[in-house]
Amino acid sequence: MTRRARLWLFGPAVAGFGALLVWAIAGLPDFGSTQHRYGYLINHVALPERHMTNAVTAVVFDYRGFDTMGEEFILFAAVTGVVLLLRQHEREQGRESSDSTRSDPVRVIGVLGVGVGVLIGLWLIALGFVTPGGGFQGGVAIASGVVLLYFAADYRAWSGVSRTDVLEPIEGVGAGAYVVIGIAALIAGMPFLTNLLGPGKAGTVWSGGSAALVNWAAGMEVAAANLLLFGEFLEEYIVPLHGRRA
Amino acid sequence: MIVATLVPLQLTGLALVALGAPAIAFTRDPLRQIVVAGLYSWALAILFVIFAAPDVALSMIVVGAVGYPLVVLVAIARTRKGKDE
Repeated sequence: MTRRARLWLFGPAVAGFGALLVWAIAGLPDFGSTQHRYGYLINHVALPERHMTNAVTAVVFDYRGFDTMGEEFILFAAVTGVVLLLRQHEREQGRESSDSTRSDPVRVIGVLGVGVGVLIGLWLIALGFVTPGGGFQGGVAIASGVVLLYFAADYRAWSGVSRTDVLEPIEGVGAGAYVVIGIAALIAGMPFLTNLLGPGKAGTVWSGGSAALVNWAAGMEVAAANLLLFGEFLEEYIVPLHGRRA
Repeated sequence: MIVATLVPLQLTGLALVALGAPAIAFTRDPLRQIVVAGLYSWALAILFVIFAAPDVALSMIVVGAVGYPLVVLVAIARTRKGKDE
């Protein structure tokens, strides 16, 4: 396509999109003028009813826990799809490790980052019902901490820790535990995912009751899923460069 | 009083985001673009904190500044090395 033709296509398209955008923004309520009833309600019932000070995580893992289960399985299915597509049957053995980091500052900061990342992740999950955070964010933080091993050292160091035979069961158990906790409530004669353990003590890692277990299950699943995902991408992109051609 | 300090903060956050978005579009080199996009995610995260949505800010950080750059970085590493040979 010539530059002229592209401009002719781009011009009307951007004008139309811009007009729609302006129209939409003009129709918005004034900034700060409305407070949605749902937010108002949750802010007032989350603490007395569920002993959770973080209303957002209360919604995600308790009031709306069933939806979150669906979200968790979207991630599960996506990672399973990536693994199915990318995983090779034979793994190269004894590959040359030429990708190791040579810069000392990068190594030191990277290794420190591993601990900091994992710790922040655990903290985000543990205190998900108290302060901002939760299983999803914490899970990714843990995974990113472990991924830093690859940047601070090399592929070998990373793959020694991030092993698929360890991560796959963790991912499966995390995803499954969510459902099992939900079904446990059904067996007890209550609606799916009803809190069986009581609301717990507000402001502590024990707030949330069985919703806290659901939160940890999601954290496990998300951390393992992200590590598996990154591992498959690394296998696909990095290993051929250092293994097969070496 | 809180509003008086919050409004300049909100304007600064919005300005950072408004500057960041075109900065990504005008960065041509994909590798630099990832770095700029990562910084833009941080700007968005700061904006969310300023507008009292720390949970959304955390999600923004883990997706925009960690998850997305990691996956794209590996893809670029692959295409780059392929080109050198």
